[in-house]
Amino acid sequence: MDFNNNDFPLERAKTIEIDSLDRVSCACEAVVDAIKASDFANDEVFAIHLALEEAVVNAIKHGNNCDPSKKAYLTYSISGDRVDIVVSDEGDGFDPSNVPDPCCDHNLCKASGRGLFLIKSYMDLVEHNDSGNSIHMVKFAKKEEKDR
Amino acid sequence: MDKASPKIAVDYVRSAVVVTLNYEKILDEADIKSIEKSVLPVIDDNDKIKLVLDFSKVQFLSSAMLGLLIRLKKTIEDKGGALRLSGINDKIMGVFKITRLDKIFTIMQDSATATESF
Repeated sequence: MDFNNNDFPLERAKTIEIDSLDRVSCACEAVVDAIKASDFANDEVFAIHLALEEAVVNAIKHGNNCDPSKKAYLTYSISGDRVDIVVSDEGDGFDPSNVPDPCCDHNLCKASGRGLFLIKSYMDLVEHNDSGNSIHMVKFAKKEEKDR
Repeated sequence: MDKASPKIAVDYVRSAVVVTLNYEKILDEADIKSIEKSVLPVIDDNDKIKLVLDFSKVQFLSSAMLGLLIRLKKTIEDKGGALRLSGINDKIMGVFKITRLDKIFTIMQDSATATESF
């Protein structure tokens, strides 16, 4: 995995393959259930779930152009106070710096384009690989706020 | 009460139409298409509709649902109607605030307040 943040704990990672939008929620639920059983507070589970859904939908819809012969790969690792998630697709990738800001006044009424913004807003660390077809997201648990 | 589908309840309250979304999570493309297919005829059937979309049962939604809300708002306003959202929980409200969509939607605490606000 060619990310700058190289401390992804691969030895504990699990991978789920997803080939269509219909399978996204089910795959994400499996990850979210595992996260719920760890040290993350409800707000953090919500944040991770949202980022996860957005990343996998983006991978299938925009990365793979909904081509059923292509897959998205959801790899995750839960390690104490940290969850690492990598979502990759089989598309050509994109330049995340070219994605318009959905919060600008002239984009506010557009019906799409909020997925990456939400991922960046809700996760603690977000990075793409050089080709732009893989995203690595990290969320840290704040244990003292578990009861939220 | 006219039930358009098991997951969507349509109520006529005073001069307003209240559509309650009986979903815990609105994520799947299929769910979003189903909501759109159920709500659009309600908009078409009511000239200058005063529509309340009630989210009090909804615990989670994705940006695809935000996109549908924006499309519905435009459709309603193009026909001279008005849209209110109600019953949005704190976490989903956070999504509206982060994306600044709380600036373009009128969001009320509950459906009763929303119907009275027209």
